[in-house]
This record gives sequence, structure tokens and C-alpha cells, in this order.
Amino acid sequence: MPKYILDRRRFLRRTGQAVLGLTLGGQVAFFDPDRSWAIVLETLDQAAARALLAMTRTLFPHPALGDEYYAVVVEALDAEAGQDDAVRKLLQDGVARLDRARQLAFADLSPGTRTQVLREMEDEPFFQKVRSATVFHFYNNKLVWRHFGYEGSSWEFGGYLRRGFQDLGWLPDPPPEASPAPYFG
Amino acid sequence: MARFALDDDSVVVVIGSGAGGGTLANELCQQGIKVVLLEAGKRYTLDDFVNDEWEMFFKLSWLDKRIATGSWRIARDFPNLPAWICKTVGGTTVHWAGASLRFQPHEFRTKSVYGDIEGANLLDWPLDYDELAPYYAKAERKMGTTRTEDRPGLPGNNNFKVFYHGARRLGYKVVHTGRMSINSRPYDGRPACQQIGFCFQGCKIGAKWSTLYTEIPKAEATGRLDLRTEVQALRIEHDRSGRVTGVVYADAEGQQHFQRARAVCVACNAIETPRLLLNSASNMFPDGLANGSGQVGRNYMRHTTGSVYAVFPQPVRMYRGTTMAGIVTDESRHDPRRGFVGGYELETISLGVPFLAAFLEPGAWGRAYTRKLEQYTHMAGLWIVGEDMPQETNRITLHPEEKDRFGMPIPVVNFDDHPNDIAMREHAYRAGRALYEAAGAVEVYEVPPYPSTHNLGTCRMSVRPEDGVVDRYGRAHEIPNLFISDGSQFTTGGAENPTLTIVALAIRQAEHMVRLMSRGEL
Repeated sequence: MPKYILDRRRFLRRTGQAVLGLTLGGQVAFFDPDRSWAIVLETLDQAAARALLAMTRTLFPHPALGDEYYAVVVEALDAEAGQDDAVRKLLQDGVARLDRARQLAFADLSPGTRTQVLREMEDEPFFQKVRSATVFHFYNNKLVWRHFGYEGSSWEFGGYLRRGFQDLGWLPDPPPEASPAPYFG
Repeated sequence: MARFALDDDSVVVVIGSGAGGGTLANELCQQGIKVVLLEAGKRYTLDDFVNDEWEMFFKLSWLDKRIATGSWRIARDFPNLPAWICKTVGGTTVHWAGASLRFQPHEFRTKSVYGDIEGANLLDWPLDYDELAPYYAKAERKMGTTRTEDRPGLPGNNNFKVFYHGARRLGYKVVHTGRMSINSRPYDGRPACQQIGFCFQGCKIGAKWSTLYTEIPKAEATGRLDLRTEVQALRIEHDRSGRVTGVVYADAEGQQHFQRARAVCVACNAIETPRLLLNSASNMFPDGLANGSGQVGRNYMRHTTGSVYAVFPQPVRMYRGTTMAGIVTDESRHDPRRGFVGGYELETISLGVPFLAAFLEPGAWGRAYTRKLEQYTHMAGLWIVGEDMPQETNRITLHPEEKDRFGMPIPVVNFDDHPNDIAMREHAYRAGRALYEAAGAVEVYEVPPYPSTHNLGTCRMSVRPEDGVVDRYGRAHEIPNLFISDGSQFTTGGAENPTLTIVALAIRQAEHMVRLMSRGEL
């Protein structure tokens, strides 16, 4: 099985151009000298990965978050496609339709046009698959949580008992009959 | 831990180890009765719990395929996940939030109090509040419920602070941190709450009551509990006299076994309990065990629910501390002037980013949606839980073709909202919105129901055998040694989170079973 490295930065700068591929020890790698991140693809090809990356970003756009966070979803979809032929086919066929929807590859469309294309296929299993995969994998990333100010696991720090579970300062404290004092042991 | 032989017919078989089954098993063991407790899920310890929403969801939830049908929104949003309940030792008491509320007296008499409601299959319970009150007290002591006896309430977190002020400004009178079976002080060998959050993911320190680390180890300590995990009950067998003789179950490898029993108690939650009875149909009971009334699987209730999340100009950080941190009870009264019968509770709730993204607006995408999610730190949240109407057509049936890996038909869960449910939900959304606007919200989001956590009514109690499945003790009308021991027995649902009532009924049922046994009647 050939392996590809999806290098997003390169795509951004060389939109619409063929990406350089080198064979390295049996893998096909797509790379850029100053790439900041990369994912290894086991099953999907680079064109599919590129379309899916654009799709996940169009589905759940957070302008402050880089493509590397969305690439986590593509990596997960690739892994699933490697284990399940039905998923592989669903994704490959879906990507083909994405890329045929307008005159250009999906990733080369403007964000507005991409949104229109996705709206036209909202009820399709391919759309549902990528949407739910993005909800799951994108928002389940501890690095993404930081962007939202979500602190994640707390028990190893003793919970929030001494770390601000009632530190909201813009309202007065409720009376003790409504909210008794904490027990500190 | 005890091991009893498959042909030992002196044991009571309890199926399901949650609030009903786990409690019942312990109560019986304490009274000297031998119990085989069958649990479909694995046994975890506190070490296995992590503060991670999806990881624990996959570890704890009952994920075997179910099909949701009907006009309720769940059928569209979560077509294969109608219920969010657990498959693990401890059942849904591992996942529950801890709210421990008694029914109100009138909620045992809805047919009499609410009158005839078109399309609703209302019925009075065959027992009243006063009869259950002493068992409520026992349940509260067992579970260490706050604000009962001398146990103080929990301290309110930031989410509660916002909720409290909104409620008070709106004029609500009863607003506090609730009656919770989460320790506000060390109790029963378990520590006090450390405000970790992640109550739904299994309490990492065991401050929240769960049968997993209370009832079950206590029952094991008697030497009379034989807990078998990762076994799925497939069929309850009976003899020619119509008494049940035992349970056929499959182990993790798919091997089938038959455990004999003097009595069988079913506590698999309100979807799997009727599924098992329906799957036990025989020549003598062609429509399923204990189903002469045709009511097995019917009158499925799931509480009228919904959430309201609101965004504030300054941070809230709702996820810090107990998930269900406070309650307004003013709307739980029965006051038909509001346009519906029965009432609802408002209770704070919070979700982490992973679950919020999945549940804030199921199916949504695009920048408008991601903007909402980016307000996470400034959000407060509350959950609506109200009484829904029992309807005969809201029911659990067996799928005609599709079967699980043991060959057991998968359950189909059909539900339509009753007009009363809709009127109540709309009222509650308006109330939740007003509450948060009173607290200074800049945005308010009305969130549709999550998959059902309160599943009730599918083997209901009735005085007359033609109206329901079990009697006032949960004993099947048609089969003297078959009992229903979970929320399936509820005649109606009340406005309150059901766990305390399930536990109180289990304590009372165990007492009754022991009485019957001592009289040689079981």
C-alpha cells in the first residue's frame, strides 16, 4: 500500500498545481522543506486527503485554528478507510463528487462556494460520515480544547475544589442556605 | 465472592446491576438470600475512570444497536441511540448525575388529579406517597443524599451561581444546590466531592453513589452474591404451572447457559426489560411473559427534556464542579393554568467541549455554529426534566428481522411527543430563557433532548391485571415468582429524576420478597 504525506502548507501555496512526489524507501512522500506538520496516509490518496481537509474546515471553521487540527480528522478517516472497504468507497466516491461539483477541485473553491457545494449534499451518507467524524475527532483533541478554554481532566489536580469552582466574580455569592460552604476536609 | 451452581434453584436471579438490580441484590443478600446477579457489561474500578467524555462514553454506554422510530426528534438526531444508558456493573448509576428527588404526593395519583387527558394512558399508582415515604428515607440514608437527615447541601459552583441569580430575579422561590447523592461530607467510607466535574463519566473518587462501589461490594461481603459479568440474558423460562424456572444467558464467548432460580427479578432498564419479556414468549405466554394485558413494552416514558445554554459577557466556566449543581423546583407543581398537566424541574447541567459540539445543535455545521461553540467559557447551562404522558403507542417492540450477535431481536423504540409534552417543553424553554436573561445573558440557545437517560414505564404497576404488568410490589400479575425491579415499573413518570424512586422501590420489593419467602410463598 503506498503511503502519502499530506503537507498542507505546500497545498496552500501551490494551489491547483501538481505536488512533487518522491519515493522514499517504499513510501511516496509529499513534502515541503519548511513544512510545519504532516500526516501519513495509508489508504486515501493525496487528492482525497486534500478535498477532505477542505471539507472538514468548511464544516467547522475556526479561523484561529490551523489546518493541522483538521488534519487529525483526515488521518482518522484514512485509518477507518483502511479497515473498512465500505468506508473507503464512501469517501472516495464522495470526494470524486466534491471535486466534480464545480469546474475546479473542491479545495480550490472559495469558502462560500464550498459551503454551497456541501449544502447540496447535506443529506447524503458521505456528508454525514465526514460531518460526524469531524465533530468527534476535531473537538476531541486536547490541543483544540485549549482554544476553547476548556481545561479537560481535573481529578489529577484535586478537581476544582481549591481551583476556582466558584470563582465567578461578577455576581454576588448565593446565601449559605442555597449554597453551603465547601468542605475542605 | 460466592459461586452457585447452574442447577441451584434456591437462588434468586437478578438481571441488571444498576439502581434497581444492584440495590435489590444487596438487600436480598443482607437478608440471607442467595443471589445470582447477571450483568451484561464489564466491571470497572475507579482506576478505570478518566475525565474524558468520549472515552468514558464508549466504555460505559449500552451501544448495541437499537432503532428509534416515531416523530420525536431523537429518531432524527440519534436514530440508533435512543437511550444514553450504561452497560457496565453499576449500570446507569455509574453515569447518573446524582439528583435524588422524591416524587410529589399527587404524582402517584395522576389519573385522579389530572383527569382524562386525550391520548394519555394515565393511571394512578397502586401505592401512594405515604406508603413509599419510609423507603424514600431508607434510600436517602443508603445513598447519603444531601439535604436529608443531617447531611448538608453541596456548595454551588459557577454554573449554579448564574442559575441562582437568574432564578431569584425571576421570582422563583425554591432554588438551591439540590438533594444529591454526592457526598458533601465523607460518608459510608466514601470521600466528599472535590468538584471534579465529569459526574457523567464515572465519579473518579466515588463521592457519588453508585451500586458499583456500594451495594455490590456490600452484597459480596455477605458471601451470598454471585455476580456474573459480561453475560446477556436471552430468555426467561417457565414450567407448565406458569412459574418461571430460570434464565438462559449468553456469556462473553457466546456460550449459552441456563441458571435455575426460585425467582427472577428483571432490572435491565426500560428498553431491555420488556425486550427480555417479549423475547421469552412461549406457547403458554404467546405475547411475551407477563403480557396478558398487552402492556409489556407500552407506555414508554423518557421525561420531557431539553436544555437551555446561555452566553454571558463574562466567564462562567460551567464545567468546573458538579455537573448537576442546582435546582429550581417551582415549576414542578401541577398547575394546568400553564397549559399542561404535571410539572418540570430545572437543574443545572454542563457539557465539555467534545459533547457540546455533538449536542448543542445536532446536525449543525458552518460558521454560525462554530461561533456558538467559541463562546464555551462564557456559557451556563440547565436541563429540563418534566413529566411526560404515558401513551400506549410509545413502546418497545422486537425488530421483526434484525438480531444481535446472540440471535436476540434488537429493540425498536417508538415515541411521539404528546401535545402535553410539547406544551410543557415550550413552557420550560421559555422559563429557562427568561431565567438566563434575568441573569444578564447575551445569547440563549434552546437545545433539543439528548438520548434518553430516564427510561420508564414499560412494565407498569397497576391494581388491575388488565391495566399493567406488575402489582404494587413489582410482582408480575401473571407469574408469582417474576418481578420487575427497575424504572419499567413506574406507572407514571413524575417530574423528578427517577433513581431515588427506583432505589426506594427496590428496598421495598426486597422486603416484600423476604416476607413472601418466610411465609413459604416464594
